[in-house]
Amino acid sequence: MATGVFSSTRAAIKERTLRTDRWWLQPAITFGVLIAFIIYATFRAFEKKYYFTEPLISPFYSPCLSTACLDGSAHFGTPIGTITLFGIVISPALFILIFPLGFRLTCYYYRKAYYRSFWMSPPACAVAEPHKKYTGETRAPLILQNGHRWFFYFGLIFNIILTYDAIIAFKNPEGEWGHMSVGTLILLLNATMLWLYSASCHTCRHTIGGRLRNFSKHPLRYKMWTWVSALNERHPVYAWISLIVVALTDFYVRLVASGTITNYYFF
Amino acid sequence: MARKVKMRIWRGDSKNGDFKDVTVEANEGEVVLDVIHRVQATQMSDLAVRWNCKAGKCGSCSMEINGKPRLACMTRMNMYGEDENITVTPLRAFPVIKDLVTDVSFNYKKAMEVPAFEGPEDLKPGEYRMQQVDVERSQEFRKCIECFLCQDTCHVIRDHEENKKSFAGPRFFIRIAELDMHPLDRLRNRKKKAQEEHGLGMCNITKCCTEVCPEHIKITDNAIIPMKERVVDVKYDPVRWLGSKIRKREGIE
Amino acid sequence: MAKATTGIKASDIKFDRYRFDVVVIGAGGAGLRAAVEARQAGLRVAIICKSLFGKAHTVMAEGGAAAAMGNVNENDGWKVHFRDTMRGGKFLNNWRMAELHAKESPDRIWELETWGALFDRTKDGRISQRNFGGHEYPRLAHVGDRTGLELIRTMQQRIVAMQQKDKKEFGDAEKYIKVFAELTITSILKDGDKVSGCYGYWRESGDEVLFESPAVVLATGGIGKSFKITSNSWEGTGDGHALALKAGSALVDMEFVQFHPTGMVWPPSVRGILVTESVRGDGGVLTNNKGERFMFNYIPEVFKDKYADNEAEADRWYKDQNNNRRPPELLPRDEVARAINAEVKAGRGSEHSGVYLDVSKRLPADEIKRRLPSMWHQFKELADVDITEQPMEVGPTCHYVMGGVKVDPDTAAAYGVPGLFAAGEVAGGMHGSNRLGGNSLSDLLVFGRRAGAGAAEYVKGLKGKSPEVSDKEIEKAHDHINDPFDRDGNENPYALQQELQNITQDLVGIIRTESELKESLEKIESIRERSKKVRVEGGKLFNPGFHLAIDLENMLLVSESIARSALEREESRGGHTRDDYPKMDPEWRQYNHLTTWSGKKVEIEAEKAKMLPEELLSLFEMDELKKYFTEKELAKGGK
Repeated sequence: MATGVFSSTRAAIKERTLRTDRWWLQPAITFGVLIAFIIYATFRAFEKKYYFTEPLISPFYSPCLSTACLDGSAHFGTPIGTITLFGIVISPALFILIFPLGFRLTCYYYRKAYYRSFWMSPPACAVAEPHKKYTGETRAPLILQNGHRWFFYFGLIFNIILTYDAIIAFKNPEGEWGHMSVGTLILLLNATMLWLYSASCHTCRHTIGGRLRNFSKHPLRYKMWTWVSALNERHPVYAWISLIVVALTDFYVRLVASGTITNYYFF
Repeated sequence: MARKVKMRIWRGDSKNGDFKDVTVEANEGEVVLDVIHRVQATQMSDLAVRWNCKAGKCGSCSMEINGKPRLACMTRMNMYGEDENITVTPLRAFPVIKDLVTDVSFNYKKAMEVPAFEGPEDLKPGEYRMQQVDVERSQEFRKCIECFLCQDTCHVIRDHEENKKSFAGPRFFIRIAELDMHPLDRLRNRKKKAQEEHGLGMCNITKCCTEVCPEHIKITDNAIIPMKERVVDVKYDPVRWLGSKIRKREGIE
Repeated sequence: MAKATTGIKASDIKFDRYRFDVVVIGAGGAGLRAAVEARQAGLRVAIICKSLFGKAHTVMAEGGAAAAMGNVNENDGWKVHFRDTMRGGKFLNNWRMAELHAKESPDRIWELETWGALFDRTKDGRISQRNFGGHEYPRLAHVGDRTGLELIRTMQQRIVAMQQKDKKEFGDAEKYIKVFAELTITSILKDGDKVSGCYGYWRESGDEVLFESPAVVLATGGIGKSFKITSNSWEGTGDGHALALKAGSALVDMEFVQFHPTGMVWPPSVRGILVTESVRGDGGVLTNNKGERFMFNYIPEVFKDKYADNEAEADRWYKDQNNNRRPPELLPRDEVARAINAEVKAGRGSEHSGVYLDVSKRLPADEIKRRLPSMWHQFKELADVDITEQPMEVGPTCHYVMGGVKVDPDTAAAYGVPGLFAAGEVAGGMHGSNRLGGNSLSDLLVFGRRAGAGAAEYVKGLKGKSPEVSDKEIEKAHDHINDPFDRDGNENPYALQQELQNITQDLVGIIRTESELKESLEKIESIRERSKKVRVEGGKLFNPGFHLAIDLENMLLVSESIARSALEREESRGGHTRDDYPKMDPEWRQYNHLTTWSGKKVEIEAEKAKMLPEELLSLFEMDELKKYFTEKELAKGGK
């Protein structure tokens, strides 16, 4: 039985869409960028080196919590110890990447982006999707999207840690304070973008004030809600910028750590 | 200045139909509805089209123009190229009646399923006091002109006829949000109902409803996502859930 | 598909049959309010919409609903509102209607809040009220510039709420209220002199429908579609006016048609679309192509002490309304429309024959977008004009008919036909010769409610002895619907409608003269003849050509009523301006025009207007009354 726009009661039109614009372009770009990021991030997560050089640590490996971490990179101790699987030491990145990954996977904006570009559900507005059945986020696994707020809370912890990393970057390789390099700027930019991404998040907006029925009884939270709402309008922008900046930050650390370039110090 | 434009208009009824090509005059500043009216007056006197105000205020002339759900009265002809063949079809998520007119009764059935506003019993007319900041969120949703373009574009029902029974659609999610955010509404089980009866969980927030809304209501960001978050408060957040059990903030009817 | 055949027996006619206590024709503000009231009285009600439920022309009302709640200025009260209404109507109003309206409006607005309406608020949380032309104090309850939408949606949701309750209680949502969407009523049926029901057809299928019902409430709205440039939607074809005439009732004061001073003038396809008066209420000024604020030159004698005669005072008024007179942009609509008309005629108009309306210099951009969001969109999207930076081009547009079915003020019962009621724009009298902005929405609520109550009382008074529908009535109504399919002829209904619109626009428009009115009557007559040769192509399934052929007859009746009444009234007053009789004449204030239909001809009769009673007359200063009343009348006082 034909369903959707080809159902028997609907206007008998053969085309699955009559859109004449390049509706496929946006999902195609989204697909391309996300795939590129995934490939790069996977490669780096398994590379297990070039993620630390005093005082810079890659956001992919921070916090580094395993005894397998490179010397000096475990700023918060090594509570995890070393875990191996089939004799291979598991990358310290894998223990922590799950959190930022989960935050982004359950993010209301990224959901739109990947439902459209990866799952084509729908690929674009008024373009019929290829699936026979659709249940949305009502059952497992997608019902877990409702856990976005837990990832948001964890995300805040990571933001604090990455901010700490940026502050440490005001040291020189010898551990003396009061210096600043290109790396410092990059880590600062990374932390800032992550804060903006988190602060503009829909869950943040809800928690800070959106859940209230009467704003007038909570003037301070209302004020904060208006700020977060303003940021929230640009949530997709922050989502993309922060994603790309994270990758670039890691890439910069890799270049420095692998000795390809030197981290230029302003002072 | 008058120019000739080419149009492909879908004509037919619930049984069958096809595109008919017409060439018709279009003047400066005209909208698609003007041109359709000219077709009606000069070439196809029985061409069925719904319209009322022709000012984007009543939401009657919803149709799909070059595949996009739009109000014909707010779609200017100069959006399209000089030689472009403009395709006009009825809404494709609803049963067609004739030509550009569809049966939108689905939406009125769904409207019946959303419990109405319940004001406080102890306040008489004239005694309501509400602050502007407290009504503004709901006011945004009350801008809705019920053109049902959001319902039409929503893939949950557009692409899956079988979902119609369990899914209220964006138009009614903003209605539910409006009431849940109303400072004086007494009904406290709207969140649960949204998830369990109106199919809020079916929405995968792909935002097409927001894209097509002629009133520029931020359906997804301001209504659906906040409602999803409110649902999490009462259904999927153990801490909040526990709190609500203790303090009895939810579930009072 | 039903085959169109006339002249067959009732037993051979296929139609759906329904029985209700009250049938409300029209689902705008008045109709829905009437239905709510009749349901609350325990009756079974049918609501008939010509279009989809919730699309009625009420959605287009922008500015607000006038009600003397005194939320913004506590000096306001029903007496002040009553005075303003009478002044606006140049004292031709049915004073009892104006009195009831002024007294009951606040309750009707407050009631809406309990049904879920969300008006804009004052600082202390009450309903905010805005300034409007002709109203002494800020008085219009509003929601941005989409008040009509709020009103109709609230009432629509109220109906749904009642249906939900009925469903809970009786298991059937439509046990008491049933909405019939996209259905046109073409005849009121009678048993003797009493209403026995009505007859019509589904627009979707063309199938015919009979409603047996002892009471019918007309709430069909206006007549704007009889004019070329109008703010009205396609539904404004004067159906209720025509139905009442044909049922044997009478219309009152049909010559008074309001031209809203500010409609869009460019581009041509949007010509006539309303630009809300709130633009002026919120500080918009009118200028001609020389940049002059010309309204200062058009303050009529009767309003001299209420309106500022210089820019400085007018500007001060926006900040301090107690110590300054109002800007002349806020004069009643008829005055402003005539002024704009005169400026354009004198060659001082804008590029596209309008004048400029500019709010960008008074308010910051954000504030304009907040207060006038739909205006901002409307101009941005339809005319490429950003009203936060540029002036709008505006000109008069046919907006509202003050005339309408003559009704009993208290019960809304239509004159001469027991069981027929009318409320809203289709009813006449309330607004006299000119309606104040904002008084329409409150009129709908006040008299919608009264019509519902009046109908309920009437039906209960019948004690079950309902009039009956005869076969003959059904056959007549059936023939009427099917006639356009059976005719020989090749007239195009669209072309005839356009011709009619041009005639009324050019010859029965803002400024009228005897010779043009006579010419219009001849032309209307010739169109009526040609309309008998209109042939409908295609079948009955959602066929707009067929629908128009039916509506055309109503438009013709209404246009003739307006033209004939206008020809009779030899003075200028409110929405009726005669070039050959430019002055307002107190002698003429004493007469209302009654329009009736003989079956062949529209007939006009002058009827003596009732004098205000002493207690209402005493609300005015004698000096003011002298401008409107004859000395003889005043000598007698309110007797």
